Amino acid sequence: MATATATAARTTGAAPRKGRVQGAVLGVVAWLAGLVFVMPLLWMVLTSFHSETDAATNPPSVAASLTLDGYREFFGLTGGASPWPALINSLTASLVSTLLTLLLALPAAYALSIRPVKKWTDVLFFFLSTKMLPLVAALLPIYLFAKNTGLLDNIWMLVILYTAMNLPIAVWMMQSFLAEVPVAIIEAAQIDGARLPTVLGRVVAPIALPGIAATALICFIFSWNELMFARVLTGVVAETAPVFLTTFITSQGLFLAKVCAASLVISLPVLAAGFAAQDKLVQGLSLGAVK
Amino acid sequence: MTLTSPPRAAATVSGRPAARRPNRMRAWATRAPLLPALIFMIIVTQLPFVATLVISFFDWNALYPDQRRFAAFANYGEVLTNPELRKSVGTTILLTVTVVLVSLVLGLLLALLLDRRFRGRAVVRTMLIAPFLLVPIAAALMWKHLLFNPEYGLFNGILNAIGGEGAIQPDWISEMPLLAVEAALIWQWTPFMMLILLAGLQSRDSELIEAARMDGASGWQIFVHITLPHMRRYLELGVLLGSIYIVQNFDAVFTITSGGLGTANLPYTIYQTFYQAHENGLASAAGVIVVIGSLILATFALRVVSSLFREEVSR
Repeated sequence: MATATATAARTTGAAPRKGRVQGAVLGVVAWLAGLVFVMPLLWMVLTSFHSETDAATNPPSVAASLTLDGYREFFGLTGGASPWPALINSLTASLVSTLLTLLLALPAAYALSIRPVKKWTDVLFFFLSTKMLPLVAALLPIYLFAKNTGLLDNIWMLVILYTAMNLPIAVWMMQSFLAEVPVAIIEAAQIDGARLPTVLGRVVAPIALPGIAATALICFIFSWNELMFARVLTGVVAETAPVFLTTFITSQGLFLAKVCAASLVISLPVLAAGFAAQDKLVQGLSLGAVK
Repeated sequence: MTLTSPPRAAATVSGRPAARRPNRMRAWATRAPLLPALIFMIIVTQLPFVATLVISFFDWNALYPDQRRFAAFANYGEVLTNPELRKSVGTTILLTVTVVLVSLVLGLLLALLLDRRFRGRAVVRTMLIAPFLLVPIAAALMWKHLLFNPEYGLFNGILNAIGGEGAIQPDWISEMPLLAVEAALIWQWTPFMMLILLAGLQSRDSELIEAARMDGASGWQIFVHITLPHMRRYLELGVLLGSIYIVQNFDAVFTITSGGLGTANLPYTIYQTFYQAHENGLASAAGVIVVIGSLILATFALRVVSSLFREEVSR
């Protein structure tokens, strides 16, 4: 301890100044890195407000005049397919599957944390292991099933699949949130004669609510983003927003502003949900392993 | 599925005694809330894999359903000898390894930068997360049309603006197809790695680092001897989760190159084998091979998650 203080005292002369310069330089580097990463996105935002002819110039026209034509075009105001059915399908699939996921995951998480069943970690790891299997390997049987039961091009098929896709994440996240609820409070409420629904509603829910909200946002993001199942299982009626975007893959000619507007509008719910759940994002993505 | 054995006294460690009276009714009552989720998962996720396994043993082209017959391991033989399918195995590995490693290194550097206090840190963090919050196909479209396009893409636009007359104008996607897909994926996945690694950095013992600094350890020494060992499991977690997600990648390959020019990875090839070529048996055999590969990855991943998890529970 004495040596440490002595060393610290000896170096206080030069170190802070050197440290400050170094800190400032690293701060600038961090800013530059952030700008490099966000640049393509900013360029996309700018292009979405350019006219098609200004969007497709080389070198790029940075200072071209701004217009909403790209957005008008995307929303089908100038003719062409309207994106609304696809957006509504995506919203339905994402919201309903998120709700179903929560309905299934909440009781499961309760049984794994507050009143743990025997071997609860085994069950938890079973859920996790299903998340690690590649979905593509289940694609064919699911397609054949949908085809034979008339569920092809039906949004409810996607609802069920997205629920299964997100359930492991939801159980893991929710388990860790519910584990933070002190058991003593629950027991005290029960001694006071509160029945289970009351305990859940009045005691557990208020503590776990922020965690439940974050879980819901992450489930929503994953469902909204999903392309492969939607592409294979839907067609005209149940087409989702990412499937709508696939029409741009082979586009030629003047369409850059429109594709930028489309990509941004379709990404907007995810950007909003992601920034709202920023603090819990890591936990969801790492399946609850990192807090 | 291999599971790491759970901590034996988990129930008591977490301070939650299991049912005191081993009453059968009571045991079922505690188990009941778990069952809907469990049954749902088994039906929706496990049954299709069994079906895939069964179909993989059949010679079955959906266009000629009458000629379906048992083929034992013939499909596996074809997957492993068919040059295109074999190439897609190699492509999957190359794509996954490159994307995971590059985004891990970039993510670590960015996490180290963000772990310091500086003006506007929250803004920079938000800017760095943004790429991850773009819908994957939207991001892929952006790279394909807005950045890579040889005539009016931003990259060639910048080259043109800098180089003027005679500036090189590469056709990025045809000249370096795999690199193009990798670049788009690295851009999207670096934020993911950064978030996990930043969480790791922020869980370091600050007193330990302060003590080391007091004892005159240099920044580099602290990084090598304290930070890296602490970060080992977070790095492992990043690698494994990243691999699990990127092995399964479909959107970027589908959008940027449509699987052409040697960029078809296994998910894309499987999709194409049954959706366009209607070879159900062959697609299933390829699917089973992906599952086996993923199981190997998953075993390691579960071990890492479980060691982090055990730390949490015992804390």
